[in-house]
Amino acid sequence: MQLDQLYQEIILDHYKHPHGRGLRDADDPGDQVAEAHHVNPTCGDEVTVRVATDGDVLHDISYDGMGCSISQASASVLHELLRGRGAGEAFEVHQAFVELMSGRGQVTPDEDVLGDGVAFAGVARYPARVKCALLPWMAFKDAAARAGVGVSPEVKA
Amino acid sequence: MTSIAIPPGMPQYDDVPRFDVARVRADFPILDREINGHPLVYLDSANTSHKPRQVLDVLDEHYARHNANVSRSVHTLGTEATEAYEGARAKIAAFINAPSVDEVVFTKNSTEAINIVAYAFSNASLRPDGDPRFRLGPGDEVVISEMEHHSNIVPWQLLCERTGATLRWFPVTDGGRLDESGLEDLVTERTKIVSLVHMSNILGTVNATSRITARVREVGALLLLDCSQSVPHLPIDVVDLDADYIVFTGHKMLGPTGIGVLWGRGELLAAMPPVFGGGSMIETVTMARATFAAPPARFEAGTPPIAEAVALGAAVDYLTGIGMPAIQWHEKELTAYALDALGSVPDLRIFGPTVPIGRGGTISFALGDVHPHDVGQVLDSLGVQVRVGHHCAKPVCSRFGVPAMTRASFYLYTTTEEIDALVAGLEQVRKVFD
Repeated sequence: MQLDQLYQEIILDHYKHPHGRGLRDADDPGDQVAEAHHVNPTCGDEVTVRVATDGDVLHDISYDGMGCSISQASASVLHELLRGRGAGEAFEVHQAFVELMSGRGQVTPDEDVLGDGVAFAGVARYPARVKCALLPWMAFKDAAARAGVGVSPEVKA
Repeated sequence: MTSIAIPPGMPQYDDVPRFDVARVRADFPILDREINGHPLVYLDSANTSHKPRQVLDVLDEHYARHNANVSRSVHTLGTEATEAYEGARAKIAAFINAPSVDEVVFTKNSTEAINIVAYAFSNASLRPDGDPRFRLGPGDEVVISEMEHHSNIVPWQLLCERTGATLRWFPVTDGGRLDESGLEDLVTERTKIVSLVHMSNILGTVNATSRITARVREVGALLLLDCSQSVPHLPIDVVDLDADYIVFTGHKMLGPTGIGVLWGRGELLAAMPPVFGGGSMIETVTMARATFAAPPARFEAGTPPIAEAVALGAAVDYLTGIGMPAIQWHEKELTAYALDALGSVPDLRIFGPTVPIGRGGTISFALGDVHPHDVGQVLDSLGVQVRVGHHCAKPVCSRFGVPAMTRASFYLYTTTEEIDALVAGLEQVRKVFD
């Protein structure tokens, strides 16, 4: 296998220099804040994702966790892509990312939608690592639901 | 360096049993494989071992020539299958020096074997006439250790939940040894069973059990040893070990998956109530009740994994042919070599004993801050197959403050060149993740 397809520079960069890491309180006291903690039982990776929203806009997505480069870089990309977005738009991105990861490497990602998330296209070819990439995204979905914003259709990782 | 002369007639330093590793490797078809353009370097035998041609042939031959159900047929094929199945039982009994063939119960794996013991205790606890050795209730205690595989933790947690008994455990020292300092307080008159791993699947530690056995006998408890990692790698003699039960699994000792063993002292098995009900485990059945067969049949309800048992018998023949003491020496030398070699890798931290004494050829480590998943992925790209994760021993990871570890484990077909490939691969990991 081509290792650099999996460990794209973008992924290693997000891993070494994560964006927006650390759980934060909401700036706006009127926001709904909720979080979800997800673990990957096969490897012990953990991530907590917290969502602060007024019901329309995801004002902040903060996270903390420990795990491999793929899961932690994925959390960083999630934060980067979805923070400040409208909920509907965020879930479109969410769905596109889940589709990319479930595509066994057959899906061509749209960079306009997924931004740095396109770097994960190579991960989709490694079934053992797909769960790593999806871990923060699944936690995000739960956290958003708990904060009262809708979810994209159920997808099996 | 001063050399010490050992008097003639005494065992000499070079008197270690040996075998030809290259010839052994030629028996394992999978070892010819390439992975990602590199020769396969398989360092995951603690997870599952590979199978020699001799075992694969027996598996194939059984289905091709002797396939029939066991213990219920008068026809020729049924007789052949039964003889092969019971013959395998006899081989395994001899392999572990069991005093009686009937002390060998075939199970699916070690996990099922431990669960059978735990559920037999549970069932005895429900019956007023249950043997007091197996009856558990509030105030009684089960003792395990912090270095167990989940398969030797969860069944006892569940048993304690069902019966109201209390679960206690031996801690693990910083060096990865069992901390026996609290033995007298931990194993007491309240203890009904002590269930310990013989060789840790994650730290590689081989536990010295004699002090614990003595204490178990003193308080009148029972002792189960999880030998999943020791039976494949060391000569095991159940009489010598002086345990009450041992469990192990076929696929880690050159046999197929789906076959494992519960060995128990004959009189204990005879006193234990059944766990699974069904065909083969009965003496007679009416619509209202049943009486049960003697062990081992009592614990083997339903059609067993026949071909798997027969092939495990072939695996035992193979191991015996090479000699368990020779395999033990080979792995001891590999372990010494690997501990030295890994010690030369910057930022590498070994979990568990760092000397090749009281440990087997299973070495877990951390490489700087690089997550084991990433270590394993880069190694895989070079053909090196290691296990990463919590190794079904999360409490051990917690004990050492890490979420996961990388583990290299050896067997009779492992070579020092493969350990060199691991060390070279770890250099590559460091380059990718600087």
